Amino acid sequence: MRGLSFDLHPGEVLGIVGESGAGKSLTARALLGMVPRGAVTGGTVVLRGSADPAAERGRRIGLVPQDALSALSPVHPVGDQLAAAVRSVRRVSRREAAARAVAALERVGIPDAARRARAYPHEYSGGMRQRAVIAMATVNEPDVVVADEPTTALDEERREQVLRVLTEQREAVGAALVLVTHDLDAVRRHADRVLVMYAGRAAELGAAGRVLDRPRAPYTAGLLASLPRPDGPPRRRLPALPGSPPAPGALGAGCAFAPRCPLAVPACRAHEPEPRPLDGRLVACHRAADVPDPIREFL
Amino acid sequence: MSEPLLDVRDLVVRYGPVTAVDHVSFALEAGETLALDGPSGCGKSSTALAVLLLRRPDGGEVRFEGRELTGLPERELRPLRPRMQPVLQDPYGSLSPRRRIRDAVAEPLKVRGRWDPGRGPARVAELLERVGLDRSYGDRRPHELSGGQCQRAGIARALACEPRLLVLDEPVSALDASVRAGVLNLLADLQDELGLGYLFICHDRAVVRHFADRVVELREGRVTSEWRPRSPGAALR
Repeated sequence: MRGLSFDLHPGEVLGIVGESGAGKSLTARALLGMVPRGAVTGGTVVLRGSADPAAERGRRIGLVPQDALSALSPVHPVGDQLAAAVRSVRRVSRREAAARAVAALERVGIPDAARRARAYPHEYSGGMRQRAVIAMATVNEPDVVVADEPTTALDEERREQVLRVLTEQREAVGAALVLVTHDLDAVRRHADRVLVMYAGRAAELGAAGRVLDRPRAPYTAGLLASLPRPDGPPRRRLPALPGSPPAPGALGAGCAFAPRCPLAVPACRAHEPEPRPLDGRLVACHRAADVPDPIREFL
Repeated sequence: MSEPLLDVRDLVVRYGPVTAVDHVSFALEAGETLALDGPSGCGKSSTALAVLLLRRPDGGEVRFEGRELTGLPERELRPLRPRMQPVLQDPYGSLSPRRRIRDAVAEPLKVRGRWDPGRGPARVAELLERVGLDRSYGDRRPHELSGGQCQRAGIARALACEPRLLVLDEPVSALDASVRAGVLNLLADLQDELGLGYLFICHDRAVVRHFADRVVELREGRVTSEWRPRSPGAALR
C-alpha cells in the first residue's frame, strides 16, 4: 500500500476491487490492525474517533475472511464459538451470550438456528458455513464489517446468497460494509461506492454506478472493457490489456499502470499522478479527461 | 454424418456410494467448444477426468476419433493420449517449479520418444511464440512468470504433441481479470487455426456465454439442459 486514503460512512457498502497483489486484502487487514509482522507502516485508521482499530476488533469492527472452513474451530459447536465471541467483549451471562449467538445465526438465515447452534462446522454445508462466519463477524453488532473475498470459493448461486446476507446486515445491525472482491458485477449490484486499486494505490474512488458505467481511470476502463458481457455478441475477440500487473518491488518513478496503458504519455512515466476530483469521483491519472466513452473503443 | 471428435455416451463415475456422474452423454465436433456448466460438486471435473481416461469410468462409453476408449488397456491408450490434453486451473501447480519452461514444454515430446535433438529446440521456441511468450521465457522457471504467462506456457506444453482435443478445466478462473481476456483470445485463435475441439469447464456464466458454442448444464451428476449461447433465446437465460 502506497499512500491510500478513503473514508467510510455509517451503513455504507464500499467495494474494493483490483487484481491479486494490488493491495486489497492488505487494506482490509490494515483496517483491523492486522498487518503482517515486519511490515513498515505509516498513516492512520480512525474508527468513530478511536485511532486504535486493533482494540475495536470483534467489538466495533468485524472480519469475514475468505476461507470459512479455517475460520471456525472444528472442535466446538458453532453456537459456542459465537457465544465466546460475545463474552470476549461484553459482560453478559452464558445464557444471554447463547441467545445472542442464536439471534446472529437467525439474522444470516440459518434455518432452525437454535438447533443448528449446537452443531459443528463440518455438519454445515459450504454456504451455511460462510453464513456462520458472517454471524461471527456481526454477533456483537459492529459499526463496520470487513469482508475479504467472501465469495471467491463459492459457486454462483451461493455467491449471490452470501452477498445478500452480507448487505442485509447493514439493515439488521446498522453496520457499514467493506467488500473486498475481484467481482465487479457484485460491486455494481451491492456497493454504494467503489475503490479501484492498482499496485497499492487508489486508481479511482467514487459512486459504484458512476465509476463502473463511465470509468475515468484507464485501468478501470481497461478492466471493464476486457470482461465478457452477457449481452455482447458471443465469441468475438475480447479487448485485452497488454502485459501484467507490476511486481511490488519493480515500481519506477511514474504511474504504475503506464507500461500497460494505451493513453500513456512521457509525463506518465515521469511522475506518479495524485488522486484529484473529476466528474464526481477521485481519479489518479494524468490522462483522466481523455479516457474515451464508450469504453469498448478503448482497447 | 461423419463421426464426432468426441462422443460420450451414458458416462458413469462413482466414488464409493456417491454417483458423481450419472449417465451423462454429449458429443463434440472438431473446431467446436462445448462447455460444462453447473454448481460445485455437479460432476464437471469428474466428467473431464473420465473423458481423459485419467480415471476409468464406472460405466458408459468414451468414443474419441471413432474409437471406443474405455475398454482399451493402458498399453493401447498410451499412443492416443497425446491427442487429448488437459489444461488445468492452477497455472503454477501444473508446471514443475524446478524445471525451466522450455524443458516443461519439451517434456511431452521426450516422454513419447518424439524428441529430435536437432529440430526440438526450434519447435519449443515456436510453441512459446505461438502462445504469445517471447522465446527467452524458455530459460525461466514458473515462479519468474505471472499467472497469465504460466497458463500460456501450460497451453504451449499441451500443444506440443499436436492434440485434437483440449480439456480445459477452469483455465482462466485463477487469472486476474485484466489478463483473462488475453488467454481467452489465444484459445480462440488456436482453435480457429488448428481446428481443436475444446471441452471447456467453467463456472463463470459470462465467460461460458462468450466462449462456448454449446453449453451442457450438469446438476448432481446429470445433464439438466443443453443450449447454444448464440441462439436467439439465449439472452433470456
